[in-house]
Amino acid sequence: MKLIFEKSISGRGQDIFPACDVPEVLPKVELRKTTAHLPEISENEMGRHYTALAKRAHGVNDGFYPLGSCTMKHNPRINEKMASLPGFVNLHPLQPAHTVKGANELISGLEAALCEITGMDAVTFQPAAGAHGEFTGLLLIKAYHQDRGDFERNEIIVPDSAHGTNPASATMAGFKTIEIKSNENGMVDLESLKEKLGPHTAGLMLTNPNTVGLFDENIMEITRLVHEAGGLCYYDGANLNAVMGIVRPADIGFDVIHMNLHKTFSTPHGGGGPGSGPCGCKEFLKPFIPGLTCKDGKEYTRAEKSIGNMTGFYGNFLVMVKAYTYILTLGAEGIPAASSNAVLNANYMQEKLKDIYPVAFDTTCMHEFVLCLQDIYKDTHVSALDVAKALLDYGIHPPTMYFPLIVHEALMIEPTETETKETMDEAITAFREIYDLLRKEPEAVQACPQTTPVLRLDEVKAAREPVLKYKFD
Amino acid sequence: MGTFIPNTKEEQLKMLNEIGYKDFDDLFKHIPAEAKVKGKLNLPEGKSEIEVDRIVSGLAAKNTVFRSIFRGAGAYNHYVPSAVDAIANKEEFLTAYTPYQAEISQGILQSIFEYQTMIAELTDMDIANASLYDGASAAAEACAMFKDRKHSTIYVSEAVDERIRTVINTYSFGRNTEVKIVPKKNGVTDKAELEKMLAEDPASACFLMQYPNYYGIIEDADELCKITHDNDAKFIMYVNPISMGVLKTPGEIGADACIGEGQPLGLGLEFGGPYLGFLAANQKFMRQIPGRLIGETVDSKGDRGFVLTLQAREQHIRREKASSNICSNEALCALKAGIYMSTIGPKGLKQVATLCSSKAHYMADELAKAGLERSHDGEFFNEFATKCADADKLLAALEAKGILGGLKLECGCILWCCTELNTREDIDEVIATVKEVF
Repeated sequence: MKLIFEKSISGRGQDIFPACDVPEVLPKVELRKTTAHLPEISENEMGRHYTALAKRAHGVNDGFYPLGSCTMKHNPRINEKMASLPGFVNLHPLQPAHTVKGANELISGLEAALCEITGMDAVTFQPAAGAHGEFTGLLLIKAYHQDRGDFERNEIIVPDSAHGTNPASATMAGFKTIEIKSNENGMVDLESLKEKLGPHTAGLMLTNPNTVGLFDENIMEITRLVHEAGGLCYYDGANLNAVMGIVRPADIGFDVIHMNLHKTFSTPHGGGGPGSGPCGCKEFLKPFIPGLTCKDGKEYTRAEKSIGNMTGFYGNFLVMVKAYTYILTLGAEGIPAASSNAVLNANYMQEKLKDIYPVAFDTTCMHEFVLCLQDIYKDTHVSALDVAKALLDYGIHPPTMYFPLIVHEALMIEPTETETKETMDEAITAFREIYDLLRKEPEAVQACPQTTPVLRLDEVKAAREPVLKYKFD
Repeated sequence: MGTFIPNTKEEQLKMLNEIGYKDFDDLFKHIPAEAKVKGKLNLPEGKSEIEVDRIVSGLAAKNTVFRSIFRGAGAYNHYVPSAVDAIANKEEFLTAYTPYQAEISQGILQSIFEYQTMIAELTDMDIANASLYDGASAAAEACAMFKDRKHSTIYVSEAVDERIRTVINTYSFGRNTEVKIVPKKNGVTDKAELEKMLAEDPASACFLMQYPNYYGIIEDADELCKITHDNDAKFIMYVNPISMGVLKTPGEIGADACIGEGQPLGLGLEFGGPYLGFLAANQKFMRQIPGRLIGETVDSKGDRGFVLTLQAREQHIRREKASSNICSNEALCALKAGIYMSTIGPKGLKQVATLCSSKAHYMADELAKAGLERSHDGEFFNEFATKCADADKLLAALEAKGILGGLKLECGCILWCCTELNTREDIDEVIATVKEVF
């Protein structure tokens, strides 16, 4: 398909701006000599271009999207409608506080709800995404230790099953990442943890349920050990959809958490963002919270030892509107019901697939589970990637591939609570048909997909000879 | 209660039984009892869509939407063409995740590739990334690009918006990097000070300036660039994207990296977010760029296609050695910016920049005639500061008329902003109010 630049014809365009009603004046400085090659295109042609692009994309509304760790649940329409209200969209972030009482009331309401769901005492909405929330939480931990005069705590312990953002965030926060092994059950190895804990431990970052979808049975012991060593416990909330109303991170010993509003709280992911990664913490970390907040409708204040700001203003406000709308809709009963059904759906699919695709850890899972295709690959040379690509021909978005790193040839499946039994049954059938094919005719699976707008792409070429923008003649 | 769970209670029970569980309690029996929530969450009961609509619309109605806005300072009230939201709200774009599966994500990948091209064109730089969170965090990420073992100090002009500087400081607290402020003089970076500070510091990594700066003034970027490069540091420009329609570009000036707040490119004011951090750079720094990059390649038939590329920089591959931890970005906002730039085209870009500049100059002249002299000399684009004997009084009088006046600065001055949405009539109304008040 052509790029929009290839559809551009000099002299075409759209009439958006009126004639100037004051004398035309440009600053008396050296001005731009080059012309920006932006497209010159009619509204009709532009609309068709983007519609064609949309047809070459796959969202939750196009079909099943069991992308593990990403919680691709349904994005309710009411969320979008509320986030497009002029009373939210047209607010300048620097309007006087008394003119944005509704917006700040919404932020406070969302904070209260998230505190109740996580057990935390305060939430900052400064972070714009999950990784940004991790970074924020780690800075709170850093500020806390330094405020006590303890500058020795420069290590963050991270399990080998952790999301890649965890160690990357630790680096950004100036910590050294100390990796600990998972045990044979996919959980934190207590001995390995004890070995690594010490006077340099600033904290532990943990996802629970972890990235293989298992709830760590030793969680109370783990957080106790970290606290005894003088460290704090950070909860990576990427998997919060498994435990809402069932387990509260603060109750099991966590001090800091980030949440992904674009996962757990149903706001759409927009093809990569915007998200929102609010960071919650316990009372003793409140003095370090970033950003300005307005609780009384009159003035903005900053925490006394605030770490500063993570974004220019108050974070991704319209995403907060969507999450608040979602929480109001579900309420006290609906929130745990969502998590319960997410866990049910995952276990249903796991049970229906594990006889042919071995599960990495064969036990009751939470909201997701991980298949291990290592043996299949050894037998047939059909990889997890091949199976994923074969699913594309069924109109199913593949699971997360090759993650977590502790499972070889991994496929991580997260159906979410908003899928029907029929949708999952269809996917199970697809998985089983692919399995039959890979046993009979492995090359056929390796040649998938066949029905997509493009076939498998040469990623090596893309990285070796990078072309990152269109080259104009 | 409201729910988005499709399966009925009966279906759920059947499924539970089918896979060997009596009920939900049985499904969760492996979670230690002491870890479980006792009782119900203390939240209101769930609600129907109509009830939710009423509550949230009620909150929106409590806010004041000004009919006329003369406040910028980092968030700009530009016109959003109708096509922008109509297209960006297509569900295939809205409800997709990051395009990990390229074969079914060509639409998103191509739209971002087009966006990267447009940002590179807008700023005249070699390459651009797929987006960062907002302008301020993009500034912090750009500074980190140029830190290495020998070069670690970040220099930032005092004439850069304090909000941006605060984010840079916060990120630097994380990376244990020193940030030094280059003082301003008469509203612009003090060149002599910059020269002196950089010359004295062999560990300087980069210098960041804002263009136009926080006070709206177009600084002598050529000279600042020269001083920075002469002292072996990298030059970063934080630019207003609309100003690129007329101002000399970072590419023409020789900047190493250019970042900015993309909100003016088709995003609403939105009470501060979601906005769009854009980042463009010289080709040399391709592998230091944080965040996603989309690259062109071919498929197994030889047809053109697009993929996420140079991922060896990123967190999911490099983990603790990644150039940044960024994962989710602002893809949908980048899509909107791409649609915006396609809508207005090269002529529209120049036109909107000219409108903004012209209206701001008209307003500055009229305010001066009414007694509000400019606080600084120096050429400006669409923002400028004026002195004001009693800013609070004037701003309150404007507010009473549904006008959001400029932003009161610490010095008691007012920072005004005009865009294409401010008509001559609107400006004259502000002038009339000034005359009434003083």
